[in-house]
Amino acid sequence: MSMVSKLLFLIISLSVYSSSYAEPDYQPLGKPAAELSESPQWNLSISTDGQGLPVGQGIASQGAKIFAIQCAGCHGPAGIGASAEPLMGEVGSLASEYPEKTVNSYWPYASTLFDYIRRAMPIDAPFSLTADEVYALCAYILNSDGIISADFELNEQTLPQVTMPNRDGFTAIYPDNHSLLRTHE
Amino acid sequence: MASKPRNERRQFLQQAGLGAALTGIASTFSTPIWAKTVPQELADALPESMRQSGAEFSNYGQPSVHEQQVIRWISANSAASGNGVSWTPLHDLQGTITPNGLHYERHHNGVPAIDPAQHQLLIDGLVNQPLSFDIKSLLRYPMQSRTCFIECGGNSNSGWRTNPIQTQAGYAHGLVSNAEWTGIPVKLLLQEAGIKPEAKWVLAEGADGASLNISIPLEKLMDDALLALYQNGERLRPENGYPLRLVLPGWEGILNVKWLRQLRLTDQPLMSRDETAQYTELQTDGKARQFTFLMEAKSLITSPSLGMMLPDNPATYQITGLAWSGRGKITRVEISADGGETWLDAELQGPVLAKAFTRFNLPWHWQGKYAILQSRATDETGYVQPTRETLLDNRGKHGFFHYNAIVSWEITEEGDINHVYGF
Repeated sequence: MSMVSKLLFLIISLSVYSSSYAEPDYQPLGKPAAELSESPQWNLSISTDGQGLPVGQGIASQGAKIFAIQCAGCHGPAGIGASAEPLMGEVGSLASEYPEKTVNSYWPYASTLFDYIRRAMPIDAPFSLTADEVYALCAYILNSDGIISADFELNEQTLPQVTMPNRDGFTAIYPDNHSLLRTHE
Repeated sequence: MASKPRNERRQFLQQAGLGAALTGIASTFSTPIWAKTVPQELADALPESMRQSGAEFSNYGQPSVHEQQVIRWISANSAASGNGVSWTPLHDLQGTITPNGLHYERHHNGVPAIDPAQHQLLIDGLVNQPLSFDIKSLLRYPMQSRTCFIECGGNSNSGWRTNPIQTQAGYAHGLVSNAEWTGIPVKLLLQEAGIKPEAKWVLAEGADGASLNISIPLEKLMDDALLALYQNGERLRPENGYPLRLVLPGWEGILNVKWLRQLRLTDQPLMSRDETAQYTELQTDGKARQFTFLMEAKSLITSPSLGMMLPDNPATYQITGLAWSGRGKITRVEISADGGETWLDAELQGPVLAKAFTRFNLPWHWQGKYAILQSRATDETGYVQPTRETLLDNRGKHGFFHYNAIVSWEITEEGDINHVYGF
């Protein structure tokens, strides 16, 4: 290395060091992914107004058959009282001495039910159910407590219109982060 | 006791054939450097480990075989073994850093096997340019380290039960662990994608068998959140999110999404299962607290604690434990031996870090009388850890999550230790 290039090297090195104190100095390496972002495998979440719901439909009687095969083993034939979370019944119990948080008594949005069943159930084979099967299961669960009628067809249009019994049962703590509880000596 | 080695040495010197005249010199040069042969008595008196070669090197070290009882305690669904928790044995550990093999686990459908060469992170939604990142690229970003606790929102939930659970400290309160996480400030990658002004929330999704999805305020990700690749200096353990996880210092464990595959910026929360059906706290009036992200100040005496016993009395015992707060630094931990009547400040072991475990210590002169040991933490915001009574008065008894009340250990006159509810 010549004297001049050594000197140049030193100057460049120093300029790198001096800039690194102010802002992190790095090379952006993200790849443009607009197309990826549109593809189904990156759009699994369903919003409360139904964005992301796939085309399909189902009614409670169809769901009952699927439930018996796919769900009852863990959730129990009545959707409550087995090894998995309770799904049905107990609507109106939340303020009682023995509240039970089922899908129908507690969950504020029907969109959540579709979102969750599709991504996580059955637990040993997520994403194995068709869209029609998931709509049918949702219909079966919701109908069991009369949230929708037996012949109500759940589809990508009607599901977000379902009003859950506990729709207004939640109080957002964030962003205030107010603890109800402040104790001082 | 101290005289025994001296006697042994005197015996040794005599047996080594050194005359009585030399013992005077030997006491000046205390090492028996003139011994020509090693007598069998010496060899026999030494531990076996000093008389043979030890084990070979190991590529990855393991704890001593004598510490095999120091384990995470697993509590999983019998019908779905990947759905459950494992608890950090806080009662067996010291210091503040949780060893990687003992960091608590909460999985919603098991530990996924992810090939880092195949894994992608997508940042999309309300951004100027959706971007994808592979792990190789992420490893080239500037990294920061942050020591902090991660605590499951459901930690200590047995405290809501009517009767105090008789379980060791870590196995009732050990859904919390403390590690040094190293990774990329999430802010850097969000800025690279370009945040649109209407973005308020970020939907994070994991690549596990539950495709766990949950909404996080953008504000937190722009503050101190890390996209962690390393845990206590080594790459993340599979059960802690390998190859990539979120770390949100001080916030509920569920938000620290493991096996992270996507961050989607949105204008409102999704209302996913884990932000509605779970991790919300039902109150007495039937309403539920939602988006209770902060983990409030808490402390726990890890020793003496249930499962141990005090072998003699009167005697001095070292009370030690852990305190932490999602709001910042722990400023004070007080100890009571009389069920909360009187309190004494414990020593806080430094450095005290914000949103991290703080070890506290206090020697205790036990007189052999019935006692109730408690610890009470205060953080830098002035928040004081509540009694169980205060917590239940405020939150009812069906909240399930965010139980942070004072823990009481009853010491009987025999030195046995039980879990009791406070007085």
